[in-house]
Amino acid sequence: MLAIENLQLNTQGKLRHFLSIEGLNKDLLTEILDTAESFAGASEQSIKKFPLLRGKTIVNLFFENSTRTRATFELAATRLSADILSMNIATSATSKGESLLDTIRNMEAMQVDMFVVRHSLSGAAHFIAQHTAPHINVINAGDGQHEHPTQAMLDMFTIRRVKKQFAGLRVAIVGDILHSRVARSQILALNMLGVEEVRVIAPKTLLPAQVEELGVSVYYDMHVGLKNVDVIIMLRLQKERMNSTFLPSENEYFKCFGLTDEKLKIANRDAVVMHPGPINRGVEIASSVADGPQSVILQQVSNGIAVRMAVLSMTMNGNRGAE
Amino acid sequence: MRIEIVNGHIIDPQNGFDQQGSLYIAEGKIIGMMHAPEGFAADTSINAQGRIVCPGFVDLSARLREPGQSHKATMKSETKAAASAGFTSLCIPPDTSPVIDSPAIVELIEDKAEKCDYPHIYPIAALTQKLAGTELSSMHALKKAGCIAVSHGHHALQDLLILRRAMEYAASYDLLLIYCPQEAALSNKGCAHEGAMASRYGLPGIPAAAETIALVQCMELIEQTGCRVHFQGLSCARSVDLIAKAKIAGLPVSAGVAMHQLHLTDQDMRPYDSHYHVIPPLRSQQDKDALLVGIQNNIIDSICSDHQPHDVDAKLGAFPETEPGISALETVLPLMLRLVEQKNLSLTQGIEKLSTEPARILGLNAGGLAVNNVADVCIFNTNESWQINAKTWQSRGQNTPFWQDTMYGKVTHTLQSGKIIYLAER
Repeated sequence: MLAIENLQLNTQGKLRHFLSIEGLNKDLLTEILDTAESFAGASEQSIKKFPLLRGKTIVNLFFENSTRTRATFELAATRLSADILSMNIATSATSKGESLLDTIRNMEAMQVDMFVVRHSLSGAAHFIAQHTAPHINVINAGDGQHEHPTQAMLDMFTIRRVKKQFAGLRVAIVGDILHSRVARSQILALNMLGVEEVRVIAPKTLLPAQVEELGVSVYYDMHVGLKNVDVIIMLRLQKERMNSTFLPSENEYFKCFGLTDEKLKIANRDAVVMHPGPINRGVEIASSVADGPQSVILQQVSNGIAVRMAVLSMTMNGNRGAE
Repeated sequence: MRIEIVNGHIIDPQNGFDQQGSLYIAEGKIIGMMHAPEGFAADTSINAQGRIVCPGFVDLSARLREPGQSHKATMKSETKAAASAGFTSLCIPPDTSPVIDSPAIVELIEDKAEKCDYPHIYPIAALTQKLAGTELSSMHALKKAGCIAVSHGHHALQDLLILRRAMEYAASYDLLLIYCPQEAALSNKGCAHEGAMASRYGLPGIPAAAETIALVQCMELIEQTGCRVHFQGLSCARSVDLIAKAKIAGLPVSAGVAMHQLHLTDQDMRPYDSHYHVIPPLRSQQDKDALLVGIQNNIIDSICSDHQPHDVDAKLGAFPETEPGISALETVLPLMLRLVEQKNLSLTQGIEKLSTEPARILGLNAGGLAVNNVADVCIFNTNESWQINAKTWQSRGQNTPFWQDTMYGKVTHTLQSGKIIYLAER
């Protein structure tokens, strides 16, 4: 396919939608991280609320269930003084046969300013951005197996906070790459920000076709793949993938691809462990690792708010620039 | 009605004819070539100076959406579009609603076709009842009612025993099976070619093996049943090799591709633009190149439109949930000329693949311009440019990835059985 049409940027090259990491560049990613840093710094000094989006209405359109992502978007919007409405459409309109476009049109009619969209089909956020009214911003909170760009940015934020810079880093992403929108966004962002190497470690059943072309090196064995690694990102294994044609059993998966204290020792000494959550203890990660000193999993969650504040405020500004 | 077509560049691949000349038509047939028969006085004279005169195109797969889906298109709208694009014969796949599995449906289609008075319509019978893949259709009755072949459309056949029996039964009545190879379990509800692009955009992929495995299975059954099979809508390089081997082995097979497969690859897709959603999916550059070589070497015999007009809603949604297919009749000629321009084909070969070969595969009296042939004729110019837009487009379905592209080559006249069914506005 050709590069994603740059729906995301206005004529001045500023963000107006945030749909995918693809189509952005190192400067923009760095700007998101820097903006997030200023929000995080302020929050840590107990200033939690900013008037930047006062009077704006943001709608969380979740066609697929989520707790964490939805909650952090709600908090981010609230801390920017926006009004936020969360719609759980998985159990609402579309189950009555309303089309995606009709749902969007109805919400538009309520004079909202921004959609935060999660959908089970790849390309849904892109589709909405193409068809929505021009004054509305669209943020992708995960579309099918395509991208989950805010999750990737909060991961980049976490890595930068811990490791200070991206140059020279080796990052391993372990688990269900095939179905993971998080992994796709992470791989793009890590390469864009200039890490040394991105590795994926998984059995072939959980790797997409020609995965190397995404910009990764491929390993099937953690004992080899984790050598010299600075950051380990474990992916969640969805329940329905276990005991299926993808994997024989939970047990075998944990033995081969679960992160244990012993396997963690293969990586660099100061390696950090990340996970987009929610974690399956004893399936992809041992409790002792998830709760251990090298884990930054909970920091990822707190960072999620600052990063989403950055993305919300930047896209809203981007629209202003376009007017 | 007596018609003369004078001063045209006549290309008739069936008879190896390629020169400047004239055609004389009366009572639906070609009655003279080059020189007017004695006493011939034309009612209508067409000056084809600077244009190509060739046998009308024969399409092995054009969905007209009737009966059952007239919100997408009608037989009237699509046959009109077909005539304007140089087609004089159209085969309709059986996946109408209801499916073409009884003589009554065939009659219904023929009645409607008669009212349209455009190209010849040839229904293709369902291989199994309701295309459910469980019970054989009444192939003999369907053949007698006018079906030209049997097929399962894009419905994958799950059960090889049914396929075997259906092929045996079809062979008993010398019916041609038109088979679109696709193994359902391996296709696994995919919507794009399984490769780097699908991986990048998170689209469920369809591996090449979904096609080649179904192809091999069917070929093994040809060996056993003796059924004549036309493999339709091939998309992969490996399929071309397999067809070549089958032909060398002397199996009664032929093969065809859809025109868009010779022009587009997964790399050309605009991300999430549902107009590129087709089944089989647009594959890699290497696959496209192999299909072109297959066409050049006559391993692949024919090119069809695989016309699938859709209503707007069918294409409005996230890519995986949209309906596959391209409204394609009107781009077939310009895209064939593009292959000629790119030196992938000679003009004669192009006409052969669109007319002579499909007519041969179906056993039709068409695809040639010799004296006594039915006067199905297409006259076109190769250089007139036109833009695809709502004004120039005839089909009800505007779903084409070529929308707003500039095309070269336009049909000026189409004759079916000696009757002018399309005349370009001047």
